[in-house]
Amino acid sequence: MDLKNRIMKAKYYIIFLGLMGLLVSCEIDNFDEPQSFLTGSVMYSGTPIQVGVNEVGFELWQPGFGKSGALGVPLNDDGSFSSRLFDGNYKLVFVGGQGPFRTNVINAQQLDTIFVDLNGDTSINIEVTPYFTFASSQITLSGNTINATCNLNKIISDATVERVTLYINKTQFVSNNNDFNIAQSNSADVSNITSISASVDIPEFSTTQNYIFARIGVKIAGVEDLLFSPTEKITF
Amino acid sequence: MKKYIYILGIATILNIGCSSDTEFLDREPTQLLTEDQVFSNESLALSVLADLYNRYYDFGTVENWASLSDFNVSFWSENGRYGSFENNGYGYGDWGTWDYGYIREINLFLKRLDASTVLGDATKTRLLAEARFLRASYYFEIVKRMGGVPLVLEPEEYDFSGDASYLQHPRETEAAIYDFVIAEAEAIKDMLPADANTKSRASKGAALAMEARAALYAGSIAKYGVTTPLVTLPGDEVGIPVSKANAYYTIALQAAEDIITGEAGAYALYTKKPELEDNFASIFYDKSNNPEAIFVEDYKLQSGKVHGFSISNQPRFGAEEEEGGRINPSLNLVQSFETLDGNYEPLPNVDNLGNPIYYNNIGDVFAGRDARLAGTVILPGSSFKGKPVDIWAGYELADGTIVSGDSRGQQKTLPGAASATQVVGFDGPINGLEFTAQTGFYIRKYMDPKAGSGQRGVQSDVWFIRYRYAEVLLNAAEAAFELNQPDKAAGYMNEVRVRAGITTPLVAGDITFDRIAHERYVELAFEGLYFYDLKRWRLAHVVLNGVPISESEITQNIGVATKIHTQPYGFWPYKIYDPGNANDGKYVYKVVRPTRVTGADRFQLGNYYSAIGQDIINNNPKIVKNPNQ
Repeated sequence: MDLKNRIMKAKYYIIFLGLMGLLVSCEIDNFDEPQSFLTGSVMYSGTPIQVGVNEVGFELWQPGFGKSGALGVPLNDDGSFSSRLFDGNYKLVFVGGQGPFRTNVINAQQLDTIFVDLNGDTSINIEVTPYFTFASSQITLSGNTINATCNLNKIISDATVERVTLYINKTQFVSNNNDFNIAQSNSADVSNITSISASVDIPEFSTTQNYIFARIGVKIAGVEDLLFSPTEKITF
Repeated sequence: MKKYIYILGIATILNIGCSSDTEFLDREPTQLLTEDQVFSNESLALSVLADLYNRYYDFGTVENWASLSDFNVSFWSENGRYGSFENNGYGYGDWGTWDYGYIREINLFLKRLDASTVLGDATKTRLLAEARFLRASYYFEIVKRMGGVPLVLEPEEYDFSGDASYLQHPRETEAAIYDFVIAEAEAIKDMLPADANTKSRASKGAALAMEARAALYAGSIAKYGVTTPLVTLPGDEVGIPVSKANAYYTIALQAAEDIITGEAGAYALYTKKPELEDNFASIFYDKSNNPEAIFVEDYKLQSGKVHGFSISNQPRFGAEEEEGGRINPSLNLVQSFETLDGNYEPLPNVDNLGNPIYYNNIGDVFAGRDARLAGTVILPGSSFKGKPVDIWAGYELADGTIVSGDSRGQQKTLPGAASATQVVGFDGPINGLEFTAQTGFYIRKYMDPKAGSGQRGVQSDVWFIRYRYAEVLLNAAEAAFELNQPDKAAGYMNEVRVRAGITTPLVAGDITFDRIAHERYVELAFEGLYFYDLKRWRLAHVVLNGVPISESEITQNIGVATKIHTQPYGFWPYKIYDPGNANDGKYVYKVVRPTRVTGADRFQLGNYYSAIGQDIINNNPKIVKNPNQ
C-alpha cells in the first residue's frame, strides 16, 4: 500500500471514530431540560405583596434523590415568581424570618410547608399574612420634588413601623439593596400609620432620561425585609 | 584455571550479597522523619508545633492589610478595591472557616506527643498545653464566625466499612464551644510559662487573655442576642440563653484580673516614650521588652517570614517603592478620638454659624486630641520616617473656586500669578487616584519606621499582636460594667485613657455602654476586633444598615454606639489663595465623601453567622444551616 492510501485510511478511521463519539455521547450524557414552569405570586387576600428586588425567596426541596439541597426561588419585586423545573413532588418552604410577612400554618402536621405536585406548567398563589399592607399609596411629582403619601393597614397586631423610606431609582428595580438608587429619604413621622408622608428632591444624575421610578419601603421593627408599595414611573 | 577464578569470584559475591541482603535494604529513610524520631526529640516536636502555630487563623492580620481595615473605618485607595465601596453588602459565605484538617493535625500531634516516652515530662507538658491552646484558639475563631460546630477532640479514622455515619457529628451549641474554650484555658494555664517575655509562643498570659475575651464574647452574645431573636437556632447552635450572661461576664472579669494582678507575669501598659503619640505607635513595632504584648505572630527579617504591610500602606510621596497609601482611615474614625479633656467634638472646621475656620498650620485642626489619634493615623502635617507627608487637596480662591490637580503634586498657574505652582499635595488627596490619601489620612498603626520596610526586597518584621494588655483592661472594664461595677470599669478605662493623654478621668457615673464601645473603637482600631464587637453586641445590622450617610449626619452623634457606619468619609485640607487678604496661605478643611463611595454597606441578619457550605452539609446531613440564609 502506498503512503497516500494509508493516510486516506487513517482519515476515514478518524472521521468514523468522531461520528461514533458524537452519537454515543449524545445518547448517554444529555438529559432533557426541565420543562415545567412553576409560577405564581405571594398574596394576601388576593393582592400580591410587593417586596425588594432579590431580597425574599423560598426554597423547594425534592426528597428522594440522595443528597438534599434546596432550589432557591427568588421573588420578583411585585411578589411574583417563576421557576422552570422538572416534574415531581416538591416541598415549598420559606426560610425563617424571610419577607415582610408570616407564613400561614396549613395544618398541625405539615405546618407551613406547602406540597407542590408539579406536572406540567403549574400556577400557585401562596397565601401569607403580612405585618402591614398598603391601603393606598400615592407618589407624585411637584417641581423637582417627589412626594409620597401612604396609608397602611396593620394586619398583625403587635407589629410596629420602624421607618418609612422613599426610594427613587433610574431603573424599575427600586429597592433598598440597589446600587442605582439615586436618592432616598426617610419619613419624619411614622406614628400615625394611616397617614405617612415622605419627600425627596431629585438630584442630578448622569443619564439623560425624563423619567425615574419611585417606591415606598416600610421597615417593620424586628423584621429584616421591607414591605414596598408598587413601583411607580414618574415622567417629568 | 581462569574458569575457577570466575566461579570462585561469583560464589563469593553471591555469598556476601545474600548474607547482608536484609540489612542492606532495611534502611532509615534519609528524606523524612518517622513518628518515633519526631516525638523523641524536643526540637523536632517543636518544629511540628511551629507549623501548627504558623497556621493560626487570624480574622485580621498584617499579612492582609484589608482584613484589618474593613467596615468603613477606612477607605481603600487601590483601583481593584473600590468595588467594596460601590456595592451594598456582604455574601452569606463571607468570613467562613471550616478547617477540620487543622484540628485533626493538632489532635494527631496531641495523641502522638502524649504517647512519647522519651521526652521529659516538663517538655511534654508544655508542648501539649501549647497544642491545646492552638486548638482552643481555632475553636474560638470558628465559633465567632460560624456559631456552634462539631467538637472533635480525637484524631478519627475511617474504617472503610462503607458507612461513614459514625464520623458525622452534629453541631454543638454555641455556648458549648465557648465553654470548651474557657475550660481549656483554665486547664492549660498553669502548664504554660507565666512569663511576660514569652510572646510568640503560648504563655499563661495568652491563655488567660483568650479566656477573658472568649467569656466576654459569650456573655455579650447571651445578653445582646435578645435584641435579634431571629439570629438563633432552635437547637441553640446559634444564640446563647440570656440567663448565662452573668456567669460568662464573671469569668471574663476574673481571667482579665488574673493578668492585671500580675499572676501571669509582669504585663503592663507600654509607656516607654515621653511623646504620647510616638509611645502609642511604638506599642506595635517595639519588640524589645515590650510589656504590653501578650501573644503575637512574630516575623524576622531575612528569614523569609516577613510581611508587606508597610509597603502597602506607606505614604506614597517619597516612598521606597512606587506604591503605598492603601489604607486611608476614614473621618468616621478620626473624629471619634476625644479632645484631651474627654469630650466628643467634631473636628472644628467650621464655627457655629457655619463659616470656615482658618488655620495657620495644616495640622492645627487636630490639636488637643487624644494622643491615640496621631498614634493610629498619619495626619496632614505629620511625618513618617522623618519625611513630612504632603496631603492637601488644592487651593481655594477668594470666590470659593477650587484649583486642584488630578495627578500627584500637579502644577498650575493660579490667577494673577506669573508662573505655575504646585496646586495639590504629592500624597493627594485626589479622588479616584490610587495610593493617594483619598480621605486625607494614612494609617500609622503597625507601620514599620525602619529604613527598608517599604522595599519589596526587604519588607517588614513588625509583629502582629493578637492579645495585648490594653485590650485585657478594656475587657475587664466591659465585664465589670455589665456586672454592675461601674467603679471598677472606670478605673480600668482610666488607665488606658491616661496613657492617651486624656486629662479628665471617668467616674462611675460616666460609664455607659456607649463609653465602653467607643473606647474599644478608638483604642483597638485596625486590630481586627471591631467586626466581632459589632457582631457580639448585635449592632452590625444597626450600624451597617444600608442607608447612606449624609454630609450633615456624619459629624453628629460622635461616640454613640449605634451611629451608622455604612460609608467612609474624608476630611480634606485646602490652602487659601487670596493675596492681600489676611487668610492667604492659611488652611480650611472640608468634609467630603470620596466619589468612589457610592454604595452603603448593609449587614443582613444572615451575615451574623457565615453560611456553612453545601458540600459540608452533603457530607454530614446532621449539620443544620445557619439562620436567615
